[in-house]
Amino acid sequence: MADPEFFRGAQLLKQGAEARLYRARFLGKPTIVKERFPKCYRHPVLDEKLTHRRTVQEVRSILRCRRAGISAPVVYFVDYKSHCIFLEEIVGSSTVRDYISSTQSKSCKERELEHLAEHIGQILAKMHDEDVIHGDLTTSNMLLRCVLNVGESELILIDFGLSYISALPEDKGVDLYVLEKAFLSTHPNTEELFEKLLKSYAASSKRSSAVIKKLDEVRLRGRKRSMVG
Amino acid sequence: MDVSYLRQQSGVAAMTVIIGFEGSANKIGIGIIRDGEVLSNPRRTYITPPGQGFMPSDTARHHRAVILTVLKEALEEAGLKPADIDGVAYTKGPGMGAPLVTVALVARTVAQLWGKPLLGVNHCVGHIEMGRLITKANNPTVLYVSGGNTQVIAYSERRYRIFGETIDIAVGNCLDRFARVIKVKSKISNDPSPGYNIEQMAKKGTQYVELPYTVKGMDVSFSGILSYIEEAAHKMLSSDQCTAEDLCFSLQETVFSMLVEITERAMAHCGSQEVLIVGGVGCNLRLQEMMGVMCKERGAKLFATDERFCIDNGAMIAQAGWEMFRSGQVTKLEDSWITQRYRTDEVEVTWRD
Repeated sequence: MADPEFFRGAQLLKQGAEARLYRARFLGKPTIVKERFPKCYRHPVLDEKLTHRRTVQEVRSILRCRRAGISAPVVYFVDYKSHCIFLEEIVGSSTVRDYISSTQSKSCKERELEHLAEHIGQILAKMHDEDVIHGDLTTSNMLLRCVLNVGESELILIDFGLSYISALPEDKGVDLYVLEKAFLSTHPNTEELFEKLLKSYAASSKRSSAVIKKLDEVRLRGRKRSMVG
Repeated sequence: MDVSYLRQQSGVAAMTVIIGFEGSANKIGIGIIRDGEVLSNPRRTYITPPGQGFMPSDTARHHRAVILTVLKEALEEAGLKPADIDGVAYTKGPGMGAPLVTVALVARTVAQLWGKPLLGVNHCVGHIEMGRLITKANNPTVLYVSGGNTQVIAYSERRYRIFGETIDIAVGNCLDRFARVIKVKSKISNDPSPGYNIEQMAKKGTQYVELPYTVKGMDVSFSGILSYIEEAAHKMLSSDQCTAEDLCFSLQETVFSMLVEITERAMAHCGSQEVLIVGGVGCNLRLQEMMGVMCKERGAKLFATDERFCIDNGAMIAQAGWEMFRSGQVTKLEDSWITQRYRTDEVEVTWRD
């Protein structure tokens, strides 16, 4: 499927950290093609191994999430030769990152942000209960799509390239730690908002207490570790 | 000392001269900066025998023995008298306790003898400011890699914010400890540094040995690689399946790929088109080469410095101190303590918009 003809008709949307995203049509449907192109800075053996593993993991985790009722793009087709994943295009969506940045300045929207944080906490709790570790949780990797007749936005998780399956509280704790750091560094002065997210996570998951305990441990590793040189 | 008085003193016409004292790890350096110009930057390194790391108390003893010689050198080389200096900067942290105390004590003493204000500098911020000064990078995503630190940093709203970092040991620590544990005919030397010798050996490596590769979003983990090498790699070495050079090569390829990957992820996340590498591991040419390839693929620009400024030195502390002084941030004598733990994002960056 790494057909040059196909990519000629596709439009390059952006180059992320490890893949190029194209907008195209696949069997008549609006489609995002995620192409993991070779990274020339890496040793070819390492590159092939990582690229293949991540393509497999991404598809596996998306399927597992969707089975559990967590919104993620539909996988239309996978080509393991060219490392391309054909995904549903989430039409009419924006990233949570843009939403928070544009909403944060308006004081009247505080309640809306809290509501969103709680919603994120619930979804992540559900994902972790399925033993899916996302691996790269940021506000850029969550989309919001307006659902017309419900009046509430739907939260869609994307970019499962670093994801894997694990039941260990340690892995789930690190997953939340990664989000916490990305969240607070991207959106300054949102400590309280993130607290809300964690509270909602803790309330929604049956196995959250061990995870939150691990999160506290991992935080200490980061902040209290002595740093020399 | 009153801050407004300092501002007057450092008026537009007058040049500001800052002396910086650095000794948070096994280097002791004293540098003098005059408005972006490095007047002098002498340094000594405490080098331990192969197979050994540097202990805090021995390192402090080394620093105590040479610090006055280095200070004399710094002044002579710059051709300055104490009266020409406007402020005394020193590393407040992070770092090893005993060496930090030793150097801070000397900085405090000369500041009082000379009647100059003190400037307590965050070591990591020193690296970033020196890198910005030397390379003229404007607003880069910073990869800070050294024996004690591994962080991906970007500036926003008056803080150097940490987007990614190691969740266990630093990359330089991983290299140092690898050099200590690997059993070859003769152990890898600590002179000038284990990392430098690994870099030279890696050039002769040909076979790529698969090692654990752990990236979690913009964070990395290195401790698994060490345990793996201690176990599996020894067996490979003793059964001649690979050479020590192959292991050095594979280790560099693996850990540097991880670093380039998280840097690229932070760039994509922040929409940044500049990378600055700072810290001791930053002078590794293979790391710079890999980062350069990544930047080229994205149409971004790479900035790096050489060992004079990558590796801990006094001028970097002077440069951060210069920025603090010019923005009116001085450290009172009673606040001139040190701290082993001092996060990059704890510092309010009063000198940038």
